[in-house]
Amino acid sequence: MKTETRSEQFHPPSVIGNILRKLHIDIPLFIGLFLISLLSFIILYSASSQDMDVLMRQAARVGLAFFLMTILAHVDPYQFKRYSALLFGLGLLLLVAVLILGQFGKGAQRWLDLGFFRFQPSEMIKITTPMMVAWYLAEHALPPKPKQLLIAGILIIIPTLLIAKQPDLGTSLLVASSGAGVLFFAGLSWRFILAITATLTGMTPILWHFMRTYQRDRVLTFLNPEADPLGRGYHIIQSKIAIGSGGIYGKGWLGSTQSELDFLPESSTDFIFAVFAEEFGLFGCVGLLVLYLLIISRCLYIASQAQDTYSRLLASSLAFTFFVYVFVNIGMVIGVLPVVGVPLPLISYGGTSIVTLLSGFGILMSIHTHKKFLPH
Amino acid sequence: MSRIYTIKNKLVESRLFLNRIIAAFIVILLLTSGLVVRLVYLQIVGHEHYTTLAKDNSIKIEPLVPTRGIIYDRHGKVLADNTQSFSLELIPEQIIDLDDTLLRLQKLLDISDEKIDQFQKQRKRQKRFASTPLLMSMSDEEIAKFAVARPYFPGVDIQARLVRHYPYTDLASHVVGYVGRINEAEMKSLPIAEYRGSSHVGKIGIENTYETELHGKTGYAEIETNVQGRAINTVNSVPPVPGENLYLTLDIDLQKTAYDALDTFNGAVVAIEIKTGGVLVFTSRPGFDPNPFVIGISNDAYQALQTSDNQPLYNRALRGLYPPGSTLKPFIGLAGLEYNAISAEHKAFCPGYYQLPNVSHHYRDWKRGGHGSVNMTEAITQSCDVYFYSLALTLGIDRMHNFLHHFGFGEKSGIDLVGEKQGLLPSREWKRNRRNQAWYPGETLITGIGQGFLQVSPIQLARATATLANKGKVVTPFLVKKSAIPEDSLSPQEDLNLNPENINSIISAMINVIHDPHGTAKSIGKDIDYQIAGKTGTAQVFNIKQDAKYNENDINFKLRDHALFISFAPADDPKIAVAVIVENGGHGGSVAAPIAGKVIKQFLGSNHEN
Repeated sequence: MKTETRSEQFHPPSVIGNILRKLHIDIPLFIGLFLISLLSFIILYSASSQDMDVLMRQAARVGLAFFLMTILAHVDPYQFKRYSALLFGLGLLLLVAVLILGQFGKGAQRWLDLGFFRFQPSEMIKITTPMMVAWYLAEHALPPKPKQLLIAGILIIIPTLLIAKQPDLGTSLLVASSGAGVLFFAGLSWRFILAITATLTGMTPILWHFMRTYQRDRVLTFLNPEADPLGRGYHIIQSKIAIGSGGIYGKGWLGSTQSELDFLPESSTDFIFAVFAEEFGLFGCVGLLVLYLLIISRCLYIASQAQDTYSRLLASSLAFTFFVYVFVNIGMVIGVLPVVGVPLPLISYGGTSIVTLLSGFGILMSIHTHKKFLPH
Repeated sequence: MSRIYTIKNKLVESRLFLNRIIAAFIVILLLTSGLVVRLVYLQIVGHEHYTTLAKDNSIKIEPLVPTRGIIYDRHGKVLADNTQSFSLELIPEQIIDLDDTLLRLQKLLDISDEKIDQFQKQRKRQKRFASTPLLMSMSDEEIAKFAVARPYFPGVDIQARLVRHYPYTDLASHVVGYVGRINEAEMKSLPIAEYRGSSHVGKIGIENTYETELHGKTGYAEIETNVQGRAINTVNSVPPVPGENLYLTLDIDLQKTAYDALDTFNGAVVAIEIKTGGVLVFTSRPGFDPNPFVIGISNDAYQALQTSDNQPLYNRALRGLYPPGSTLKPFIGLAGLEYNAISAEHKAFCPGYYQLPNVSHHYRDWKRGGHGSVNMTEAITQSCDVYFYSLALTLGIDRMHNFLHHFGFGEKSGIDLVGEKQGLLPSREWKRNRRNQAWYPGETLITGIGQGFLQVSPIQLARATATLANKGKVVTPFLVKKSAIPEDSLSPQEDLNLNPENINSIISAMINVIHDPHGTAKSIGKDIDYQIAGKTGTAQVFNIKQDAKYNENDINFKLRDHALFISFAPADDPKIAVAVIVENGGHGGSVAAPIAGKVIKQFLGSNHEN
């Protein structure tokens, strides 16, 4: 403690650092997020065939998301805990509202039109579900007892099913994993984890039965993309060609031929990693993964330093979900996971996921910068 | 104690949590390594393979578009085929200044601004390297003009494409329909893989109903191309499966006879082969030329079609709804016999009008002064309204509704064309639900002579006539022959189990309509060695005031009565049933019947030769 005080005296913090500290910003995390957003613009510029409009729209969203992150970083984590149940309930209500409104509209309905912008309740649920589960488990001694596990399980399954019904497989997967993350960090016994994994594997045929045709097609395509090269296998084949042709060093920025020639569909949204891999090669890919890992490590570090159970569980779960995001997206683009609609976090074009992700990081920063007493 | 326990518990919790963080981190590292391994596999091990596929010799997956099936009539005459046509196409990616190029092309070939707009719209929907047509079906002169100037237009070229062609233009437009460019809504609903490379899709008619069969199955070729994108080698290909050729039951020569016979009138003629239900004639006049729709009809031309008083785009045979008028009388008469509400010999006196008990309103007969005392046969032959007013009242609306329903009134005929109208067969229930009103006896009367709420389409009327001619075995009309199935193994027809005696007395009355000196359609019965059975009808377009005299010539043409005629022949062994509706044609006997007569004579004449 003394050394810290001394170091402050001898090395006065820089002006920017001082401002960031007052803003309750965690500098390492902020730098990581800033770098990756910068990278996002660089790739988007190339993936969108140098469309400045796309960049401007994305810049507006990222700006808004960073602003929201700063605001959330200011909020005392105690407040998150206090309103966890309320926010979760509100999120569920909105989800049901979307489903009911969807009955009147055509096909999938995922958002509520609030006039000035479209709000996706499923995005909010991505954060409020781990909040709720963390809040519930923190009320009891850890590790959770079977009864608490059951209740926590129900709390996770309800929003997951509601979103799966929209249908939005990708988001429901993320919500489920954010809740499961909390359970894992709360000390769910390994034996139980094994049992659940075994049961889920056993239930695959039943799950298959409940899947929609297009979801089944995706799984089949994943298993054998060459079976339907013009239709559904097209994405994966083209994406693999783009990545593989990138080689070790890549073709250089703006050098992607696959997305330039429009072979690669959805090159600026879900499949942006393929463009990145083609242009920056294996080095770039590993670099990007390292950058993601650094951000995740910092988040896990923040979780380990958190002072109460709720903060720990929430922080660690948010970090874990962020990883699931990265893993599922890259996994599907390089052809090791089936295609589910999950964007590459902080890099894919599209606003809603960026706002949610940075909100999560805002909460993490709030947890880290609102310590009641200094660490030993 | 408990407090100590809690603190200890907190310590345990902390340790547990830290362990989990470490475990999670390890899992994350492992999974990330997995991703890296896969990336190494793709980008180092598979690099050369994928580079061959992508960079210097990129493999393009090119769709191989199947040729669309040809549509023939029953004698093998071509109703829709594919012809070679030359179009001017631009590849936006290869053009440096697109606006300038378009401007110069416009000057060179005199291209309308509208075509330029169409091109721009389509270009935005397509990929930059895709060839986009600017001018379709170029004339020889245009081709020559461009060929000379070609070096000045990089990225612009003449392409040969197969274009759908309809040789019979307006004659079969309402049956065959047409194909048009795939629009945005269709792009979403069509299977992407099948339509990669297809530019057109069936919009209406047979082209639309049998889109899947006609389109065929798209194949693909994996083509190796060099840096310039020029194809150098086909690695692998799955050939397309061409679309099925369709044979219609339609007889295009008979169709032409019917179309020409309608002359300047608007109207519809539908003829059905009774044994099978195959539709021989399906005419709606005026038709339109479907060929401009294939290459993209100009806005002005489309507006002209849309706003024309004659409504050429309107498929009258399928969607036109008319009161059946007196053509309904044989069916009502048969209902009377079947329900034992009346006997064929029963005579009713016709003074020229009919009155409901205690109501002063005169329901008038078309013949002032009346027909005198008539039985069923005479009532049908002379089309006596009063007889049927009285019969309708005896039957009541419920029984009439029930009976007519069996003949397909008020329901779609099931013909294989999209957009059929259901028509309207009124009932007590319908009126209560739709109008929230009770059914009035006066409405029963006018339903008995085919007026009032009742609305039928020409195809419905033809189907009902065919069912009557088929002695109560329900006929279901269709246009496309299922070539694999022999005609006699067609799906069994529903049998209404009508009393043959009753049918025979109705049919003999219908023969009298043509072959009796008092018959309303006696003009068509001459010079034939078989008998035609039929019934004329005249459907009021507007109501005549009580006791008002009216003279046809005084009435605005658009308010003149519709002329109708239903018939089948030969009466003893019916082969063809024909329904004719001539809008504002006046009398059924003088205008509609001769049209049916021409169709029947041509059909049976050629059949006899066979």
